[in-house]
Amino acid sequence: MAGLATALGSGAMTNTIAEIGDSACILAAGTSTTEAHPIIGYQVKKAVRNGAKLIVVNPQEVPLTQFATLHLPLKPGTDVVLLMGMAKVIIDEGLHDQNYIDERCENFDKFKESLEVYTPEFVSDTTGLPWEDVVEAARMYAENGPASILYCMGITQHSHGTDNVLAVSNLALITGNLGRLSAGVNPLRGQNNVQGACDMGSLPNVFTGYQKVENDEARQKFEKAWGVSLSGKPGLTHTEIFDAAYKGDIKAIYLIGENPVLTEANAAHSNEAMDKLDFLVVQDIFLNETAQKADVVLPAVSFAEKNGTSVNTERRVQRVRRVIDPVGESKPDWWIVSAIANEMGYEGFAYNSAEEIFNEMAKLTPSFAGINYERLDQGSIQWPCPSKDHPGTPVLHKEKFATPSGKAKLAPLEYRPSEDCCDFDFPLILTTERSLYQFHSTMTRYSEGLDELSGGEQILINPVDAEKLGIADGDLVEVSSRRGKLKVKATITRRSQPGVASLSFHFAECPTNLLTSSALDPVAKTPETKVCAIRIDKV
Amino acid sequence: MSELITLTVDGVEIKAAPGTSILRAALANGIYIPHLCDHPDLTSVGICRVCLVEIEGRRPTVSCMTPVEEGMVVTTASEDLDQTRKVNLELLVLNHDYNCQSCDKNSKCQLQELTRYIGLDEERIKAMRKPMLDSPIDDSNPYYIRDMDKCVLCGICVRTCDEIQGDGCIDFAYRGIKTKIAVLGDKPIIDSTCVTCGECVARCPVGALVPRNAVEPTYEVETICPFCGCGCGMVVGARGNKIVSSRAVSGSPANNGSLCVKGRFGLSFVNHPDRLTKPLIRKEGELVEASWEEAISLIADKFGQYKGDQYATIASAKCTVEDNYVMQKFTRAVMETNNIDHCARL
Ligand code: SF4
Ligand code: SF4
Ligand code: SF4
Ligand code: SF4
Repeated sequence: MAGLATALGSGAMTNTIAEIGDSACILAAGTSTTEAHPIIGYQVKKAVRNGAKLIVVNPQEVPLTQFATLHLPLKPGTDVVLLMGMAKVIIDEGLHDQNYIDERCENFDKFKESLEVYTPEFVSDTTGLPWEDVVEAARMYAENGPASILYCMGITQHSHGTDNVLAVSNLALITGNLGRLSAGVNPLRGQNNVQGACDMGSLPNVFTGYQKVENDEARQKFEKAWGVSLSGKPGLTHTEIFDAAYKGDIKAIYLIGENPVLTEANAAHSNEAMDKLDFLVVQDIFLNETAQKADVVLPAVSFAEKNGTSVNTERRVQRVRRVIDPVGESKPDWWIVSAIANEMGYEGFAYNSAEEIFNEMAKLTPSFAGINYERLDQGSIQWPCPSKDHPGTPVLHKEKFATPSGKAKLAPLEYRPSEDCCDFDFPLILTTERSLYQFHSTMTRYSEGLDELSGGEQILINPVDAEKLGIADGDLVEVSSRRGKLKVKATITRRSQPGVASLSFHFAECPTNLLTSSALDPVAKTPETKVCAIRIDKV
Repeated sequence: MSELITLTVDGVEIKAAPGTSILRAALANGIYIPHLCDHPDLTSVGICRVCLVEIEGRRPTVSCMTPVEEGMVVTTASEDLDQTRKVNLELLVLNHDYNCQSCDKNSKCQLQELTRYIGLDEERIKAMRKPMLDSPIDDSNPYYIRDMDKCVLCGICVRTCDEIQGDGCIDFAYRGIKTKIAVLGDKPIIDSTCVTCGECVARCPVGALVPRNAVEPTYEVETICPFCGCGCGMVVGARGNKIVSSRAVSGSPANNGSLCVKGRFGLSFVNHPDRLTKPLIRKEGELVEASWEEAISLIADKFGQYKGDQYATIASAKCTVEDNYVMQKFTRAVMETNNIDHCARL
């Protein structure tokens, strides 16, 4: 979430789920909310029932589209152009909030200048959308406040994902939609504790609470608390780790609760990388595809067997409580990691409970400092919560932004086309989708019934393309990209626009990510699984 | 906050916010008025008409549709009311398949509660019985069963699907004695737009919508759904170290009483027979079971040889805050590198 952090000083959802139902306008960009975040989908539908305008920005006709006031089926990867085009309309028509901009934003003049290139012709040609629709969306968003922006994988999973995020913040800033109820910029996070994992510093460049490893003061604080000396050099990101392993620079990996053989962009590459390691430890609840390559596999407990906390997409810290005894000899993840540290002779890992760990963490993390289990038993708390008497923070940026100047920086942006472009050999764009019934492979696959409901993996192809290729509904087809190929069943549907096909990535039998690109966003380093050039052949 | 309104119900003075119905005000104050089609999460419709009350100076009124008024004097029980309610209840249960012993809703059923309160004349019902439906049971969905011979046409499921799920995939179909709840074209539910959120199942007051293979938990624990970033509060039920049920925490901040298909029905992975139960170590190419001591000491020895930037941790967004804290502390303090990331980006 580097983009949001650059603009606003924080990369989390700025507002609360429950507020969405009271928004007057919702711009849902690149999210299939009803599928990926069903409960947030309820709020969106509630808002629409109450008369809110809903703008859906998505190349695909997703289920949310049926509730939309306006659906913008743009060409995949052109979000920045659309969003900047909307910003231009808003400013040209004087629909922006000048007072808010003067008081709370920086860089307005440069930003305004940068909009000049987003002419109606350019925006329309690039996005494939009629200019009138862009104008209508801009007016709808600017004139109906409070307006909330929701975005998700569709926005961040591009090689220019960071720009997309900056582009949505720009829109919210020029219309004064940050720091107020039912407005905001709201990245919807995937897995249950992604927010918490980021908050805890399971990232290469920060300790807990986004304290930078490069910052001497922060580092010294942790060195003192942990009684060791620490490196100030940021580490490698997820994708870089697999590249380094492939090159032989990384020799040992401790992989916890992940299944990169299935989920990594350009899976063939990470698959090989894993084979080259000297030593691979996998810790999981199932013997997944990646665990089968490990030197040691450690059985972890599931959520139902552990105590602890997790942080949801709205920064809400909540208690996870143990329901049943550990299955077999499985152990909590913290217990296992601590046991290894103890065995290696380190002090400071003699934990007896999750609560002890939480308390140590809260002492070192200003945004969590006021939170403890006792308070959480009374109810959840949204960080930042700096002290024991602080109620938590449902809406971020109310008075000022978390940047050094306290002001938000408007970002001039240029359009950078997706790296994996279509050509004669690979004429179609593939995007990846997720199904309501499946969730990042492992867990849901082991829950009976969910497989049955989702109907298996399929590639969605528009009738126009299908006819050209001579493919009928239900045919088995071979899908190939510059990186790999796979076989899958075709579904012919208008939900996909001409030139675009979509596939989901949950099933081991059909690892979609064999096809996708690992071109990286230079800042956030998110692999580009959303845009990939392919060809489809009947088999 | 506007001023509370004071009224008298069965001689007891109670207070309620303006706009509250008499029924909900009474229930909130521990006064039972029989009712079936009202649900606190949904709009009131006054279909079942068993919640009739007497209001001083007015004709008997359905209490779910009548807002409280200052100084109102309400009576919830009288001979007249009993009589009218009885007739109204009879109409609801004319084709009800009373078979409580083998019904999943037994002892949690609002119709049972109501029947006990109002009383039913079995003989009269028998004489008026409607023919049973041809194919009352729809078991096409993998997670829940619909038995329309137990349906009392309260419409709660219809309103739930419309107001909460926002889908509106079921509705009243046919007319008169043939009326029933059905999906478009009266097809099996699996062929409809139903997304199996189970919201209607959780709210059906009788045994018409029940989870498949329901097992009564011996105890329940409040925790958080393990699937997506919404972080829904859920109450998970277990029996003999096995997860058997889950329901939404009512009023929990993220989900406010709702769950999706995954949180409600997707927890069987926890007790799946393929769960890893012992550490495995690769010996001569094969992963074989080992003790924790052996596994930990092997890893400690190996990791000791790869300290620094030739090592990396891939942490997990599925693990807790505490797990992740310990993982990054281990990576930084013990393995002496910042090579740690997780799949937030995917
Ligand atoms: S629905 Fe209620 S009254 Fe009817 S059989 Fe089941 S438990 Fe008995
Ligand atoms: S199925 Fe249940 S909720 Fe729906 S109308 Fe019948 S009794 Fe009411
Ligand atoms: S399960 Fe959900 S979607 Fe299906 S009918 Fe019930 S409320 Fe509607
Ligand atoms: S119940 Fe559904 S929406 Fe709620 S956290 Fe679980 S998966 Fe997400």
